[in-house]
Parts: sequence; C-alpha cells; structure tokens
Amino acid sequence: MKKLIIDNQEYKSRLILGTGKYKDFEETGKAVEASGCEMVTVAIRRLNIGQDKGSPSLLDVISPDKFTILPNTAGCYNSEDAVRTCELASELLSGKTLVKLEVLSDSKTLYPNVVETLKASEILVKKGFKVMVYTTDDPVVAKELEKIGCACIMPLGSAIGSGLGIINEFNIREIVENADVPIIVDAGVGTASDACIAMELGCDGVLMNTAIACAKNPILMASAMKHAIEAGSKAYEAGRIEKTLKGVASSPKDGVITDD
Amino acid sequence: MNIILNNESDEVHDGITIKELLDDKKIHTQYIAIEINKKIIPKSSYYKFELKEGDKIEIITAIGGG
Repeated sequence: MKKLIIDNQEYKSRLILGTGKYKDFEETGKAVEASGCEMVTVAIRRLNIGQDKGSPSLLDVISPDKFTILPNTAGCYNSEDAVRTCELASELLSGKTLVKLEVLSDSKTLYPNVVETLKASEILVKKGFKVMVYTTDDPVVAKELEKIGCACIMPLGSAIGSGLGIINEFNIREIVENADVPIIVDAGVGTASDACIAMELGCDGVLMNTAIACAKNPILMASAMKHAIEAGSKAYEAGRIEKTLKGVASSPKDGVITDD
Repeated sequence: MNIILNNESDEVHDGITIKELLDDKKIHTQYIAIEINKKIIPKSSYYKFELKEGDKIEIITAIGGG
C-alpha cells in the first residue's frame, strides 16, 4: 500500500483520533495510546479563565512533541470564522500550518457547507496552510478541493456522530480512484467494521472521535479500530475476490467418494 | 479601565500589559493564543503590549474535539 504522507511527514498509523467527549484526560490518553495513532485533532476554544491554576491542559497529556496536533475548525459556520480559527491555532502551536478545515451548514445535520469550505480552502492555501479538509462525499467537490491545493481530502462516511458508517461506498471509491492526494474518511464511523470498509475501499486513513469516545469501553474500542484499519488496509492491498451470484466450490470436483 | 475579555467585561488598571493581565489571571502562556481586536498578538510581544480602554481580548486554547 502506498505510504501515507501528509505535509511531508510519513505516518505508519492510518487512524486519526478526535479528542472530544472523553470522560477525562486520562481516558483520552489511554484511548490514544491503545489506538496507536500518531495524529489527533483538537478544538480551538476560548480559554476558561476561571480554571484552577495548574490544572493540566489537553496538550500536557497529548504532547505536541509526540503527536501531530491537528487543530480543527469545528463549530465554524462560515469561511471567515474558519480562517480566523486556523490563524489562532497556528499561533498557539508555534507556527504550525497543518489544520483540519470543517465548515458546517447547520447545527441539526452538521453537514459540511461546501460553498464556504471551498472559499476557506482557497484563502488558507494562499496563506500557506496545509489543509486537511472535511467535505461531503461528492467526487466533484473532492476534486475541486484537491485542485485548490488541499493536502488531504476528508469526505464524510455519514453525518458527524451518527454511527451510520459509510452510506455511499460508490462515491468514496470514486473519490479514491480520482485522487492524487490522501483520502481519509472523516465522520460517521460507528464500529470497527465501518473503519475496515473504508480501508477496503482504498482510503488512506480514517478519522474518528465519537465511535471510540462514546463506546462503552473506549480504550477497547480504540484497540478494535486500530486492528480494523490494519485489517482493511491489508485486505485492500491483497485484493479481494470478485463477487458472484452463484456458489463456487473450494474443493476439487474430481475424486469425490460416491456410489453415483 | 474596562476591557472585554473572552466576551465578558473586566476592570483592569490603565496601561496594563498582556503579560501583567495573564499573571493577574494566573494563565500559563504555553498553550494559548491571543487576539486583540481581531489581530493576533505574538507571544514575544506580551510583555510590552499595553491594553487600551474597550479592547476586545480573546484568549484561546486547545481542548478536546473531533
């Protein structure tokens, strides 16, 4: 399988973890470790100024020295807010320019606003950001984002947090076949088989948060996802058999012990 | 003088620098970024950047998120 290289860095793990919704930082840290991931997403928010002095921040637990920190523009509903968030994130992370761009349309569906996403992508790429962009599973839009210069295209499997898995495998396959940049399924994964299918379709990786953080046992699910992604990746490389409508015997027809 | 800090009104002494404000609020500077009136202020300027009446200050950090 071709190497996963994003912003000139090679990743052995094809799993990217979101860090939201965990019980506490300890659980976050353990899930990250069990997943074997090398990149995690974070949200950019106003500091809680009333916070107790000395209480650890997320980045004390998930160190930028050990992991690639991918700041996410989640919560932004227009290109202006998204670009502003990326610039603040870059300042926060000592000038790093790798970002996850996510511009949503409405709080009910959390569906990507493609128009604003395209607009923000153009601005960010011109400013020198390396943009990993969350978008719909529309192959035309995916190609347009690639033409703009996004470093990685991240189509949804289904709605954020829905756990519905990949609802349009044909579109994901089409996006993968036409892409010259990494394709990472982002959003919609519910359980390990969904992640495995994404990899079997030829995706370069999977980004997930809720499926692990909200599982009954997040740390065990993180491990399951790690193995599912490895299995799907190997299966894609190995090449699956063709599907047939009739049975095809595995044993030789000749030499069967019968009186007929 | 009055400033708007993370969308809330706050009273500080005239000519307070960003560094003094952070010290007063016991905020560590390692994992934050600051914007004054929508302009990002680099960390190297915190010690000399003086706030003015009515300034809108945003102090942001990274938290858990997908």
